[in-house]
Amino acid sequence: MSSRRSRSRQSSSSRITDEQIIDLMSKLQAVLPEARLARNDRVSAARVLQETCSHIRSLHREVDDLGERLSELLATTDISSAQAAVIRSLLM
Amino acid sequence: MENPNPKSLMAAFHFQRALSLVHRTASKSSRAVRGRRIQCAAYASMAYSAGPRRAWSRALLRRLRRAARRRQPRAGWRRRAAAGAGAASRVATGAAGLRRLVPGGGGMDYCSLLEETADYIKCLSVQVKLMQSIADSASLCGQL
Repeated sequence: MSSRRSRSRQSSSSRITDEQIIDLMSKLQAVLPEARLARNDRVSAARVLQETCSHIRSLHREVDDLGERLSELLATTDISSAQAAVIRSLLM
Repeated sequence: MENPNPKSLMAAFHFQRALSLVHRTASKSSRAVRGRRIQCAAYASMAYSAGPRRAWSRALLRRLRRAARRRQPRAGWRRRAAAGAGAASRVATGAAGLRRLVPGGGGMDYCSLLEETADYIKCLSVQVKLMQSIADSASLCGQL
């Protein structure tokens, strides 16, 4: 509902074309994982936004969980060798 | 990680530095405090490596600096900043939900919101992969 409201506000001031929105939607669909939304399917904008919201929420949860896991590991193991390994793998 | 791109390297360096700092300064604090500091470090390194050209990274850094000035890494700082009532944030979908989830989303026009969201998701995924690989190799080292 608010997306419709904001869209009508936008179209009067900056004239966003439907094509622009379709293009941005497909870019958004491209960043979502395949499991959530098949990349080649034509889905409604509302569905893309919904899946995007739940994907962001699950990413936030993953950051939270990994933060907890890392804080445990920080206490028990020496992380510096793990960090060095990760940086090495990124540089290769 | 298949493609070493500058952004993930930057994020990795920032995050490693922050992790070492947490290790040096917070080893006597509780696990919860350490966990929260690591979370803040994750978002901070994401935002630093994204740079100031992105509205979400600027908004995120502002939020983190405000929280740091208060000197209390409160639990749920992100949730509190992003959402109103708990129930509302769970149900919120569509553009309104995105505006609450993406930092700085409230002040953007619709097109910018979609663009910023795509970039935010990309950087979040890079950060998650980074944390995952550190945690995995650290737990492997611990098992040796």
